[in-house]
Amino acid sequence: MSLLQVTDLAVHFGGVKAVDGVSFDVEEGEVFSIIGPNGAGKSTIFNLISRLYEPTRGSILFNGEELSNRPAHAVADLGIARTFQNIELFDHSTVLDNLLMGRHGHRATNWVQDLLFLPKVRTEERAHRQKVEEVMEFLELEAYRDKMIAGLPYGVRKVVEIGRALAMGPKLILLDEPASGLSVEESQDVAFWIEDMRRDMGLSVLMVEHDMRLVTQVSDRVLAVANGRSLALGSAAEVQNDPEVQAAYLGSDSFLAAEEGVA
Amino acid sequence: MRVVFKTSYDKDIDLHPDWWDRGKIAALLVLMALLPFLVGEYYLAEATNTLIWALAGMGLMVLVGHSGQVSLGHAAFMAIGAYVDAGLMTAGVPWIIAFPLAGLAAGCFGALVAIPAVRMSGIYLAIATLALFVIVEEMIIILEPLTGGVGGMFAPSIMLFGIDFDRYASLSNFYWLVLVVVSLVTWAYANLLRSPTGRSFLAVRDSEVSARALGINVTRTKAVVFGLSCGVTGLAGALMGHFISFFNYELFSIFISINLLLVVTIGGLGFIQGAFFGAILITAVPQMIAILRDGLNATVGIDLGSVPGLDTLIFAVILVGFIIYEPTGLYGRWLKMRAYVQLFPLARRDMFRRQKTYLKTERMR
Ligand SMILES: Nc1ncnc2c1ncn2[C@@H]1O[C@H](COP(=O)(O)OP(=O)(O)O)[C@@H](O)[C@H]1O
Ligand SMILES: [Mg+2]
Repeated sequence: MSLLQVTDLAVHFGGVKAVDGVSFDVEEGEVFSIIGPNGAGKSTIFNLISRLYEPTRGSILFNGEELSNRPAHAVADLGIARTFQNIELFDHSTVLDNLLMGRHGHRATNWVQDLLFLPKVRTEERAHRQKVEEVMEFLELEAYRDKMIAGLPYGVRKVVEIGRALAMGPKLILLDEPASGLSVEESQDVAFWIEDMRRDMGLSVLMVEHDMRLVTQVSDRVLAVANGRSLALGSAAEVQNDPEVQAAYLGSDSFLAAEEGVA
Repeated sequence: MRVVFKTSYDKDIDLHPDWWDRGKIAALLVLMALLPFLVGEYYLAEATNTLIWALAGMGLMVLVGHSGQVSLGHAAFMAIGAYVDAGLMTAGVPWIIAFPLAGLAAGCFGALVAIPAVRMSGIYLAIATLALFVIVEEMIIILEPLTGGVGGMFAPSIMLFGIDFDRYASLSNFYWLVLVVVSLVTWAYANLLRSPTGRSFLAVRDSEVSARALGINVTRTKAVVFGLSCGVTGLAGALMGHFISFFNYELFSIFISINLLLVVTIGGLGFIQGAFFGAILITAVPQMIAILRDGLNATVGIDLGSVPGLDTLIFAVILVGFIIYEPTGLYGRWLKMRAYVQLFPLARRDMFRRQKTYLKTERMR
């Protein structure tokens, strides 16, 4: 059984069929990428998995469990973490606190214990801190530990958001355009991290990305979508050479950009 | 400049990382405890009033400053605290039981109200809480047998272990009592902010979508914030009732709600210290205006006593000034001055320039 099974998923906003019958599945330990021109419905698929949108039809199974029966905040408990295309960090908190917020699902104390700061709260805090420090070391974020998000450069924020997702200790991580707006060197770091996530942390990765170099480098399989429908599924090379995919990109200015890997 | 060398995670978890910081807090507490021996009756009463305002301010601060919600109805929760406390004591319940119950009543009511209210935000929430305030005010008048209606109600004086804590007969004792309550609440508040619960409040304030993605139940979190906020404000209301002794619904007018909002915004949103700075300002400004007015009258012969709304005007000007020039409030200004002195002569003007935050356009997409 696949880790994530998406079947005939659709969501319509009035007349806009943002996602219209997409099916795919992500195996355990796989890096699965979704590509497609702007407005294809890629982020909307993520938002459906996160339960931020209610699907019009279709099903999403994670480890065999139907997600549609759960509220948005109960998705994280299953082991699904995500980042957002337009970084959604807690701007007025430090990097450390942002990562600690990622540990919320693992909290073992309630607000009464927290108010009194019972010894258990301290023990728990130490454990969370340990985990967060591991993530910071992995992503080389130590230098920014006590910095406010609001003052950080764009590239660092992108990494902090990945860090917050990793701090959750997930099974599946959803990355929405992790390399957009990053320099070539920074994208290369992202590629290495994704490799490590899979190899060392045993994570499965579902990624939306325009940078074809990154996609080719890390993906096991690639799904191309356009206008809310899937066009092709296969290896990065197969999908890129698919005539339908090329047609979908034609006329869309992200084609050249995607080819050159700077979108 | 002092640098704290962190040798374990506990340095970050502790409220105060080293002895110097702990010493400062201890010194402040000692000074506050000795206040009855240092100042006269009049100023001690003022200090008590300021502490009660700081308590109510902390109640609203956790809501506005830490969870990003607004309330124009907090005077209602003060009223609930005051009436429950005075009512139970009139019925013979000792203060030590009546007081926590008053906070609990206000807190439960707040959490209950939060369930429909959390779906709202900004101006809608402000209007809903304002409406709630009006309802509570009317209820107080209608429930005359319990509340004394328009006529008002007397808060019995506090007796604890045979010691008198009456606000008039033994003001020092009452002051100490208030100080203990305020210190305990401040400690719990500080604990909250260094724990997962406090972080979930900030998460809900700064980005609800990512809070959800992290597994935070936004509705529940907001209800907890409302409950805590209203509970603490209720405690302040109960103490306010004892401080005023004889009160009716007019003590908890809409101006109390507005003044509380002033306390948190002028004091410094998102800082516990802000509630104290704000409370000092809100209680000291009317005194200073009175002193100035009397001074002007005595020396130059200008009588401003007949100018209605002078206090309100001055408050309004201060508020607008802060929002435009110092959105981080008095506490923010204090932090900047302190950094300037610590770094002297290295501080630069644009060190504190407001950071441009990246424009957030399509959320989630
Ligand atoms: N909440 C919404 N309401 C209306 N239209 C939406 C909403 N979310 C997404 N859409 C539309 O769905 C389409 C796909 O958007 P999106 O998934 O963000 O594209 P992308 O593939 O670039 O991430 C777009 O046309 C967008 O305008
Ligand atoms: Mg997108």
